[in-house]
Amino acid sequence: MLSVARQGARMPDEARIEVVEDRCQGHSRCVAIAPDLFDCDELGNVVLLGDGRVSPEALERARLAVLNCPERALVLREGGGA
Amino acid sequence: MSRSPVEDWTTDFDHTDPRWTADPYTLWSELRRTCPIAHTDRFQDGVWLPTRYADVRAIAYDTETFSSRRVVIRDRKIEPPHPAPPITSDPPDHKRLRLPLLPPFSLRSVAKLEPFTRAACEELVNALADGETCDGAQQYAQHVPVRVMCHLLGVPASDGERFRHWITEALQEGIHDMPRALRALQAINAYFREKVEACPGGTDDLIGYLLAVEPEGRKLDRDDIVAILRLLMIAGIDTTWSAIGSCLWHLATHVDDRRTLAAAFRDGDTRAVDTAIEELLRAYAPVAMAREVVRDTELGGCPMKAGSMVLLSFPAANRDPEVFPDPDVVRLDRAENPHVAFGLGIHRCLGSNLARMELRTALDVWLARIPEFELVPGEPVTWSEGTVRGPRRLPLRLLGGG
Ligand code: HEM
Ligand code: SF4
Repeated sequence: MLSVARQGARMPDEARIEVVEDRCQGHSRCVAIAPDLFDCDELGNVVLLGDGRVSPEALERARLAVLNCPERALVLREGGGA
Repeated sequence: MSRSPVEDWTTDFDHTDPRWTADPYTLWSELRRTCPIAHTDRFQDGVWLPTRYADVRAIAYDTETFSSRRVVIRDRKIEPPHPAPPITSDPPDHKRLRLPLLPPFSLRSVAKLEPFTRAACEELVNALADGETCDGAQQYAQHVPVRVMCHLLGVPASDGERFRHWITEALQEGIHDMPRALRALQAINAYFREKVEACPGGTDDLIGYLLAVEPEGRKLDRDDIVAILRLLMIAGIDTTWSAIGSCLWHLATHVDDRRTLAAAFRDGDTRAVDTAIEELLRAYAPVAMAREVVRDTELGGCPMKAGSMVLLSFPAANRDPEVFPDPDVVRLDRAENPHVAFGLGIHRCLGSNLARMELRTALDVWLARIPEFELVPGEPVTWSEGTVRGPRRLPLRLLGGG
């Protein structure tokens, strides 16, 4: 288990999405797949909407965003089911 | 062209050979199995051709070894190289001219161009839809990016014909005919120099924007602006035209996919539409680029000497079975698809948001008006030669109804 428990009160097995900042080149695939999780600024860099926590309903979209990013700029940390 | 036919694709490949033009995919898959980094001495100072995703990726990311100072492979090198920033720039200079270009091509800026694009597509398709046949490449695909680029640059759409002529000279005929390539590049420069000099400033087109923008507290100089405009014209037209044409070809030859995509558009199912378009971009990625090796290196056991070139085939990477199961099968619902049609790393296609919007709009408008069409039996489809691949003649029979 990684540092997912950082948010004190949160469940330790909550999924979080992270951006490896200097890898994003603005393909905007993630925005197309999960517009509820990602946006792009005017220079094309990905912007996380919210604090990176991924709700169970959004989990599948988050997984797809990770798998489709050609720069491998997104990392999803899924809790290990406590 | 009186070039000798290729006997051994591993040591003597030729990306202008008729067999490559007719069907590169079979050649690449053969090479990937037998010799994943092929070579040829037919061009410049020797050219390497990696066909695996992993190798294409490694090269695209290693800008210190693989320079973008030359991105076109010709019989002989043009000396000195013709800079077309940012595509021919390397770090650290690359950022200087790329950054100011990003905002006009952001998702939000591009969304504003959609109504214009849709109206242009509708006008084009309305002129064709009542006929029995048409040429999908010549009468539709090629006009879409020309209209959009002219609108964006603030030049008359009637100049589009000249653009297409210059692009063919620079990128296709110019592979083997150096003076011709140079003449075309100079003609484009002269055209844009005149436009830049004549621009009163303060206009809301791209020329006005480039004259006004001050990336590091300083205006761009005129030579850079002209070079940027030349690049945008070359990079924005041929490529997108090829992508739209290839998609029409696929839809003409695959009834089920045609109906699936038309239904997705009709239902407003944007997820299904996007997934399908990304798959078409993967399978028919139109653009390969080149790099110049600037320091001796080795990749996959191949000794690459400084001065030799690499044909960086994003389209070949997109057909690598290591990353894409059944790569030669188009699956419109392919969910896992990290394709590299728009490149990888710092040179990620500046126009990718624009190209996607044009492609989506062009197909949407076409399918709404012409849902049923097929190739005209007995009439040949012809494909462009070289590093941008797409149909140049695409005779279609329009079947009416829907
Ligand atoms: C389907 C259409 C298109 C495809 C497949 C495509 C593909 C590519 C690829 C693969 C690259 C990377 C080149 C490299 O790594 O050396 C690239 C770069 C570029 N593209 Fe596109 N392109 C398309 C449309 C456009 C459009 C519409 C524009 C502009 C209006 C455009 C402008 C550029 C520019 C300026 C670069 C250089 C970016 C840089 O070096 O920082 N492209 N394109
Ligand atoms: S898909 Fe990847 S590269 Fe593209 S914007 Fe999202 S994080 Fe950045």
